[in-house]
Amino acid sequence: MSSTTIQIISRSKYYNWLVKNLFSSWVNTILTVIALIFVYQVGSFFLSWAIFDADFRYNFQGELIIDRGFCSKNIMPGEYGACWAIIFARWNQFMYGLYPIEEAWRVNLIYALLPLAIIGILFDKIPFRRYFIYFTFIFPFLAYFMLYGGPGLSVVGTNKWGGLLVTLFLGVTGIGLAFPLSILLALGRRSKMPIIKSLCVVFIEFIRGVPLITLLFTANVMLPLFLPDGVNPDNLLRALVAVTLFQSAYMAEAIRGGLQAIPRGQVEAAQSLGLSYWQTTRKIVLPQALKIAIPPIVNTCIGLFKDTSLVLIIGLFDLLGIGRAALADMTWTKLYYEVYVFISLVFFIFCFGMSRYSLYLEKKLKTDNS
Amino acid sequence: MSTDQVIHLEKVNKWYDDFHVLKDIDLIVNKGQKIVICGPSGSGKSTMIRCINRLEAHQKGTIVVHGTELTNDLKNIDLIRKNVGMVFQQFNLFPHLSVLDNISLAPIWVKKMPKNEAEDIAMSYLEKVKIPEQAQKFPGQLSGGQQQRVAIARSLAMNPDIMLFDEPTSALDPEMIKEVLDVMIQLAEEGMTMLVVTHEMGFAKTVADQMIFMDEGRIVEQASPDEFFNNPKSDRTKLFLSQILNH
Repeated sequence: MSSTTIQIISRSKYYNWLVKNLFSSWVNTILTVIALIFVYQVGSFFLSWAIFDADFRYNFQGELIIDRGFCSKNIMPGEYGACWAIIFARWNQFMYGLYPIEEAWRVNLIYALLPLAIIGILFDKIPFRRYFIYFTFIFPFLAYFMLYGGPGLSVVGTNKWGGLLVTLFLGVTGIGLAFPLSILLALGRRSKMPIIKSLCVVFIEFIRGVPLITLLFTANVMLPLFLPDGVNPDNLLRALVAVTLFQSAYMAEAIRGGLQAIPRGQVEAAQSLGLSYWQTTRKIVLPQALKIAIPPIVNTCIGLFKDTSLVLIIGLFDLLGIGRAALADMTWTKLYYEVYVFISLVFFIFCFGMSRYSLYLEKKLKTDNS
Repeated sequence: MSTDQVIHLEKVNKWYDDFHVLKDIDLIVNKGQKIVICGPSGSGKSTMIRCINRLEAHQKGTIVVHGTELTNDLKNIDLIRKNVGMVFQQFNLFPHLSVLDNISLAPIWVKKMPKNEAEDIAMSYLEKVKIPEQAQKFPGQLSGGQQQRVAIARSLAMNPDIMLFDEPTSALDPEMIKEVLDVMIQLAEEGMTMLVVTHEMGFAKTVADQMIFMDEGRIVEQASPDEFFNNPKSDRTKLFLSQILNH
């Protein structure tokens, strides 16, 4: 008896929501119907192309697809959707680039450890957080040793690195290195010392006034001209420098926004207690400013992560570069959509993750103290 | 007398760009003295006490605190700030730290005190301002009066021998003013040297042994409370007193 009452109430609640938001007037009703038809059309088209009518590893005749001639749509044109076999066939390149496949376990290990290295920074209430943070600081050295090689491991030059490895390397390292740099830049820009202040302003404004592509070209083509003969940093390192500088300028501006939101009284109170500039900055100003600046910081991180795909113009094979190489392969030509949809999906997963994390933090900070 | 002299301002001048905020301020404060400073807003009273711990820099004249002259020398500034506590109108508690952490922060980082020792001291000052039960809360969870008492405890935890109060009750709801003034009266009875910018004339009458009236960047009148309230000399002081006592 009571359960039916609840059902009726909840059903009417649902019904009320529908009426109020979708069918409140004739115009609204028509718009709702048009929107539904549109969503249905696009959605059903995409789903049947991407999933229901698509080939994965085998075509409709059950044969393993080894080149584009085996794709169902090339055997029976018009009847079939995507041919994802290219992704499977090129999976190793998408993940590792030209990294020797017998050494790929090293990359896999680093992929697996990466979440452990950043979890301590992302969440403050996990058990054993202190040890996760220790690991965060060890991880870059471990990753360098595992990926590049050294005593006991064969050396794999960065010219062999590619695909997701390069994308993640540039994204994660760029963000990781830019973060401390950007804090110094933001503090410097608010400094009372004129030389430090103007250096920071010039640096930030210069970098922000130049497209990343230009910086990448500069780092790649011009840098060797300024360096002495024989000093020839490798391509990936040059790209990393450009990406890091670029990111640090944007992040510095995000952090400066946070710094500006801290009332002057906070600094005065700390000073009147005898705290030094650095103690005040570390204990009072930054913890509050970074909290405020987290959403814009994550925003710049999302931007940077996507911008790493620009390195393909200086000849690095990041995820997008590897994808384009796959398209150039005669065995798989004309499978553009599959490759680009796959690459988009990978980027989307990472960027959406960052975006959700930023939302989670905003909510958390709202309910937190103060 | 001069051995007891803890603060000495001589011909102190300060400008904000073209605006002359402090004009030839002379002031001597002896150990244990309680000085209440009043005056209309913009008269420079807050600026004057903020110069004493160098939250503001003066441009002319000398300020000597405990025999140390305030100059651009950071060492002197640090030395003076360790001995001079300050309480602000807006409390300025650190919102991201618990009450206990607010108070123990400076002893830990400035005095390099071990954490548990600093927390014991913090608790003892929280008991002194009568809110030990709030130790684990954050400033945002306290009333204004409680926040200001935490701010006083935070200053006292550095064991200063001079306390500056910059309109400590002006931002409080009327029913919370008393709890803060009670703490300040207790502090005065214990012999703390205090400079208090306030318009609480009842407090001034109870506690002050010197009254200072400032207007337009000058000390217009300086007298004992008895003389100040019953027999003010300058017309400006008379006008001010009639306005704030009869409102």
